Amino acid sequence: MPKDHGIGASQKRREDVRFLTGAGNYTDDINVHGQAYVHFLRSDMAHGKINNIDTSAAEGMPGVVRIFTGKDFEGVGGLPCGWQVTDKHGEPMKEPAHPVLAQGKVRHVGDPIAAVVADSLEQARTAAEAIVLDIEELPAVVDMAKALEAGSTKVHDDLADNLCYDWQFGTDTETTDAAFKNAAHVTTLELVNNRLVANPMEPRVAVGDYSRANDEHTLYTTSQNPHVIRLLMGAFVLGIPEHKLRVVAPDVGGGFGTKIFHYAEEAFCTFAAKACNRPVKWTSTRSEAFMSDAHGRDHVTKIELALDKDNNFIGVRTDTMANMGAYLSTFSSSVPTWLHGTLMAGNYKTPAVQVNVKAVFTNTVPVDAYRGAGRPEATFQLERVIDKAARELGVDPVQLRRQNFITSFPYETPVAVAYDTGDYHATMDKMEELMDIPGFAARRAESEKNGKLRGMGINCFIEACGIAPSNLVGQLGARAGLYDAATVRVNATGSISVMVGAHSHGQGHETVFPQVVAEMLGIDESMVDIVHGDTSKIPFGMGTYGSRSLAVCGSAMVRATEKIINKAKKIAGHLLEASDSDIELKDGQFTVAGTDKSVAWGDVTLAAYVPHNYPLEDIEPGLEETAFYDPANFTYPAGAYACEVEVDPDTGKVTIEKFVSADDFGNVVNPMIVEGQVHGGIAQGIGQALLENCAYDENGQLLSASYMDYAMPRADDIPHMASYVVDHSCQTPCTHNPLGVKGCGEAGAIGSPPTVVNAVIDALHSGGHTHVNHIDMPVSPSRVWAAINGQ
Amino acid sequence: MHMTDSRTIAASPEEVWAAILDPEVLKQCVPGCTEMSGSAEDGFEATVVQKVGPVKATFKGTVTLSDMVPGQSLTLSGEGKGGAAGFAKGGADVKLTAVEGGTELHYDVEAKVGGKLAQLGSRIIDGFAKKMADQFFSNFQSAVEGPQDGGDDTPEADGEGGEKKKGWFKKLVS
Repeated sequence: MPKDHGIGASQKRREDVRFLTGAGNYTDDINVHGQAYVHFLRSDMAHGKINNIDTSAAEGMPGVVRIFTGKDFEGVGGLPCGWQVTDKHGEPMKEPAHPVLAQGKVRHVGDPIAAVVADSLEQARTAAEAIVLDIEELPAVVDMAKALEAGSTKVHDDLADNLCYDWQFGTDTETTDAAFKNAAHVTTLELVNNRLVANPMEPRVAVGDYSRANDEHTLYTTSQNPHVIRLLMGAFVLGIPEHKLRVVAPDVGGGFGTKIFHYAEEAFCTFAAKACNRPVKWTSTRSEAFMSDAHGRDHVTKIELALDKDNNFIGVRTDTMANMGAYLSTFSSSVPTWLHGTLMAGNYKTPAVQVNVKAVFTNTVPVDAYRGAGRPEATFQLERVIDKAARELGVDPVQLRRQNFITSFPYETPVAVAYDTGDYHATMDKMEELMDIPGFAARRAESEKNGKLRGMGINCFIEACGIAPSNLVGQLGARAGLYDAATVRVNATGSISVMVGAHSHGQGHETVFPQVVAEMLGIDESMVDIVHGDTSKIPFGMGTYGSRSLAVCGSAMVRATEKIINKAKKIAGHLLEASDSDIELKDGQFTVAGTDKSVAWGDVTLAAYVPHNYPLEDIEPGLEETAFYDPANFTYPAGAYACEVEVDPDTGKVTIEKFVSADDFGNVVNPMIVEGQVHGGIAQGIGQALLENCAYDENGQLLSASYMDYAMPRADDIPHMASYVVDHSCQTPCTHNPLGVKGCGEAGAIGSPPTVVNAVIDALHSGGHTHVNHIDMPVSPSRVWAAINGQ
Repeated sequence: MHMTDSRTIAASPEEVWAAILDPEVLKQCVPGCTEMSGSAEDGFEATVVQKVGPVKATFKGTVTLSDMVPGQSLTLSGEGKGGAAGFAKGGADVKLTAVEGGTELHYDVEAKVGGKLAQLGSRIIDGFAKKMADQFFSNFQSAVEGPQDGGDDTPEADGEGGEKKKGWFKKLVS
């Protein structure tokens, strides 16, 4: 019987009741009395010199409260970058200014030039049309290779060139070169990891409010991490101390990373609320989202894999250009380096791994973390080059991977991380079983009868998540700690509010976290609620990203609950006239070991708040505990993925016929939610592989800025449920957190893009198109057709 | 994008040249043009209303003429700002050659768009620009030549009154 309570139960998501019945409370649902509306006038040029901004006519328009330009933000801090990368020469990365509103130049389509605050949104938009701009268009830098050429137009005039940093990591050059020199075979692959737009269902919103009565600022915002916003905006941009700044992120309709970052609009609304002495609200349109939400991916990579005569991997060398866009977004610098380079060993015991990354400024929207963040880029190149090597060597791609697997743990990779545990053969076995590989030949024959080519792609992945050990990331340049915090507040009648630093924006924390507390205390989940998303209510928290919520914040919650149990046992011991060391807690009852003497959970909690018979000389009244938890290591979920595609050779159209994932997430608290996370992640990975592409023209004009041109995956692009199997039965628990959990939020998006591309290449080879060794994502019908036809 | 084409106009190169420099002719020929003022020497100011896919906008802009070799060639450069819709700009190198039956007008157009026009209309912008150029030169041909019996080069309806007045310029100057 599957469990229906506590850890391991597939409880339905309690938050869905309000989401599915229109009772959610999103930031746009928040309206503060007397609020004004802001419309941002954004650059329609990719690059230009601001000669003049004439707002005089617009200022007199009906309803206009005030118009702001970059001049109003002179003396205000710029938007900070939270991670300083040190380049291979020991120099810090280049950190150009990132003003709230453009100063001197505009640097990408969508760069905010002016902000009109008016009584209504319509009035603000109308007045913005009356602003006269004198902006001299400059040549735009879009292509990364061209941006790095000597004499290229510079995105930032105060920098020497468009290079943010030139980073090298892993095995030293001499050792790496030796591995390649000794290789029996070297496989090389050049590829693009396509630029993506995250597209959460809810666009970003910010409402700034200011109370003259007590000099307090409140920002309501669509954020994955309200404390991070409070820290960055308060300390670095606006100079507001924490006790005067409250950041609230209520229900948030999806983030996928793009709502981690501190954005100009948040700082603007907070600043303008005080300057105008009125609440100021901004709601992004979908068009604005495309040109102001941080984009994802956008790497151009050459990867080389060296093998010895027995097909053992002996070296990996990569050379990547990573697009930063026009400015450094909050965690942009860390994505191509510490979230990407550290994963280049993959699941394999390759002794020499060297990663080279040049981060480049271009006249495009800033690029930052998007579901997986650096790890999908690492997985894609490694698993594609292995697949190509298997094809070149004529060996089974499963076998080639298996013979190179890391099998003993802990394992110290050449790229700084130490995998604590894992079993890559187990997930590969599970994938092979679920995929029915022996039946493939018959399925292929059936497809061929219908004039289609059928291919199977397989790959592995590993990720480092549960972000992150603070002392380690501090050495690597992070400007923040990455612990988390939880307060368990037990009320007099035994109900519990848990204030958690993790933010839930679709993950299901409101269901999962109470399952853990309920299991530990032996009480019903209905007695436990979590509180999140408000800096005035929760102790502290670094938020939700990097598949960290349960592994880090959940661990803090476990520690705080342990403190609760310890104190409650003391109270119970007093009530039962026994030593607290003899008290056992089971099913919500405190019992003196070996006796039938017991008190219930509710008796103990009541005693804590009505301490008439209470050990006041030993312990304080009340029952509330806080814990901060800093993980000792990353967690390392891993798995094996496979899919089968059909390719129509006449049109190039690819359909995914079957997708199987076999993941190892360690222990699982709510299997249904884990499966949902993987389903969603794979859907996004399929979107990247087949459909999504953020395109710019050579002038830096954003071409794909609506759903007419940016293709999101839809239900009919994803295999039907019976052909879409996500398995997490292989479980090697994390060795260093109390729950033994590893994190599941990003895995699907990390593991799945190479699966799809490997399958397409396999299909084309089966049809005799053996000249096609790679197709860049998205593997659209036109690209497949062009590849088949040698164009 | 880039477009190149040519057409033969039943008028002398001198007549064609004079028509190109006339703001009234340009107003009748630019599709969607509601206002046109100025001169060939100082440049023209124009207001054009157009719809590109889902984006409808009023473009206010300038047209300047340069590299003028009377009766032979010139370059038209235009730039229009459409407010929230973005901008469009472009240029046309026009060459006139006397041929049997009139003048061959050869044009080489380079155009680009920015802002919302690029974001929402990029898939259709090439077709749109080609249609605009075709309409402009068809309107121009009609304005210079006058009504054709065959009617095979009748300009399209959204040429803003070009049909009714076609040929009027030639009547004026001849």
